[in-house]
Amino acid sequence: MQKRSIIPIVYILFLLLPIYWLVAMSFKTTNEILAGFSLFPQTFTWDNYRTIFTDPTWYWGYINSIIYVSINTVLSVLVALPAAYAFSRYRFLGDKHLFFWLLTNRMAPAAVFALPFFQLYSAVGLFDTHIAVALAHCLFNIPLAVWILEGFMSSVPKELDETAFVDGYSFPRFFTTIFIPSIKAGVGVAAFFCFMFSWVELLLAKTLTAVEAKPIAATMTKTASSAGYELGLLAAAGTLTIIPGAIVIYFVRNYIAKGFAMGRV
Amino acid sequence: MKTENQRAWLLVLPVLVLVAFNALIPMMTVVNYSVQETFGDNLFFWQGLDWYEQILRSERFHAALGRQFLFTGLILVIEVPLGIAIALSMPRQGLWVPVCLVLMALPMLIPWNVVGAMWNIFTLPDIGLLGYFLNHTLGINYDMTQDPLAAWITIVTMDVWHWTSLVVLLAYAGLVSIPDAYYQAAKIDGASNWAVFRFIQLPKMKTVLTIAILLRFMDSFNIYTEPFVLTGGGPGNSTTLLSIDLVKMALGQFDLGPAAAMSLIYFAITLGVSWLFYTLMTKDDLN
Repeated sequence: MQKRSIIPIVYILFLLLPIYWLVAMSFKTTNEILAGFSLFPQTFTWDNYRTIFTDPTWYWGYINSIIYVSINTVLSVLVALPAAYAFSRYRFLGDKHLFFWLLTNRMAPAAVFALPFFQLYSAVGLFDTHIAVALAHCLFNIPLAVWILEGFMSSVPKELDETAFVDGYSFPRFFTTIFIPSIKAGVGVAAFFCFMFSWVELLLAKTLTAVEAKPIAATMTKTASSAGYELGLLAAAGTLTIIPGAIVIYFVRNYIAKGFAMGRV
Repeated sequence: MKTENQRAWLLVLPVLVLVAFNALIPMMTVVNYSVQETFGDNLFFWQGLDWYEQILRSERFHAALGRQFLFTGLILVIEVPLGIAIALSMPRQGLWVPVCLVLMALPMLIPWNVVGAMWNIFTLPDIGLLGYFLNHTLGINYDMTQDPLAAWITIVTMDVWHWTSLVVLLAYAGLVSIPDAYYQAAKIDGASNWAVFRFIQLPKMKTVLTIAILLRFMDSFNIYTEPFVLTGGGPGNSTTLLSIDLVKMALGQFDLGPAAAMSLIYFAITLGVSWLFYTLMTKDDLN
C-alpha cells in the first residue's frame, strides 16, 4: 500500500512543476527572467500583479470572462434540467436520435464554427456582447449538462415521482421542491463542468468579441504580441486565470470523481 | 421502465432551440460556402463538389490528417493505460483522496491558451525549468523551435499533463463503486492481482472507460489552441494538426470554399470514428 502511493505522488509532482514555474515567474521582474535561469525569484516583486489590478484593460478581461461564464453556466443548467428529466423518464418520438444529435455537437471542432459564428452573431446584432459568448458556449455546454444530469436523474428511483404525483403535487412544484433537491450533487457537478469548459475555451470567445466583452485570454495573447515579450506580466495573468477554477473545484471536491463519470457508475 | 409521453418534447424544446440556433445555422453557412466560389464583395458562384474533390486529393490535407491520427493515437495509447494505472494505485478512502483529486483536476481548469503559454515558458531552452534542465544539466540538445522530434515530444507531453487526469478521475469513479464483497470473494478464490484486475476491476470500469476514450478521442482530434500557442504548427509544418491547418486556410488565406469543404470532411471523420469506437466498445452489451 505504501509503495503504491509513490505513483500518485510522482504524478502530482509532474502536474505541479509547470504550474510552479508559472507562479515563480510571475514574481520575477522581466529583466531577471531574461537575464538567465533562477529556480526561485531573486528579486521578489509584486509589480506584475500591481499592473494587472490597476490597468482596466487587464482587470476588465477577468470581469468580462466571469460575466459570460456565469451567464452561460446558469443558462445551460436551467434549460438542461427539464430536458434531462424528459430523457431519463420518458420515451418519445425521436428521443434517441435527439440525444445522439446533441452529443455530436461536442464533436464539431470549434475551428469549424469560428467564422460562421462571427457572421451569425454580427447579423443578429450581438457581436461583442457577453450574451453572444454565453450563447455560443451553449453549443457544447448544454449537451454536456444534459448528459451529466440525465445520468444523475436516472439513478433516482421512479417511485419518487409516482408518490409525489399521487400526493397531489403538480409537475412544476414536484420538480422544483422535491426532484431538484434530490439531485443537488448532479446540479453542482453539471454547473462545475459548464463553468470549466466555458472558462477554458478561447477560440469562440475571441472570435465573438472585440473591445466591450473581450475575455482575459484574448487580452493575454494581444499583450504577448504587442508589448514585446513581457514574460513576467504574462505569467502573472496566467496565474490569475487558475484561481477561479481552483475556487469552483473546491466546492465540488466530494462529488468530483462521480461527477467526471457523469453519474454513470 | 420509461413511459411513452410525447409531451416530453415540451421539456426538451428550450434545449433544442438554443442548440439548433448555434449548430444548424453555422453548419448551413459552412455547407453553403463549401459548394461555392467567392471573389469577395459577397459574390458567389456555384462550384458543386469541386472543393471536396480538391481537398480529398490534396497532399497538404493528407499530411495534416496523418499527423492528426498520429497525435490522437499517441495520446490514447499513453493516457488511457497511464490513467488506469494511477487510478489503481490511489487510496480508496481517507483525508488524502479529495486533496489528490482536486490537485489532479487543476490542469483541466486552466484556459487552453494559458496551458500553451505555460508550457512555452516551461520549455524555453535557457530560461525555462525543463528546457534549462535538459540542456544544461543533462546536456541534451533540446530546442523545439528547431527540432521537429522535440516539438512532437513537447506537445504530446503537454497533452498528457493536461488531460491524463480525466482518465484517472473516470477510472477512479469506476473503481470506488466496486463493492468490497467482490474483493473478498476474489481473495477466498486465491485470485492473483492480475485476475482481480482482468475479471473484476476492468469490467466494472468499462462504462466510464468508454466515456473516457470517447472524450479523449474527440477532444484530442479537435485540439487547436494549445499546440497553436506552443509551437504555432512548427518547426515547418511538423506539428500542424488538422485544426491548425484549417484555421490557416480559413482565416489566414481566406480560402472559404476549400476551408468549408475541409471542415465538413473533418467533422465527418470525427463523427465516423466516434461512432466506430462507440459501437465496438458497447458491442458486448448488446449480445
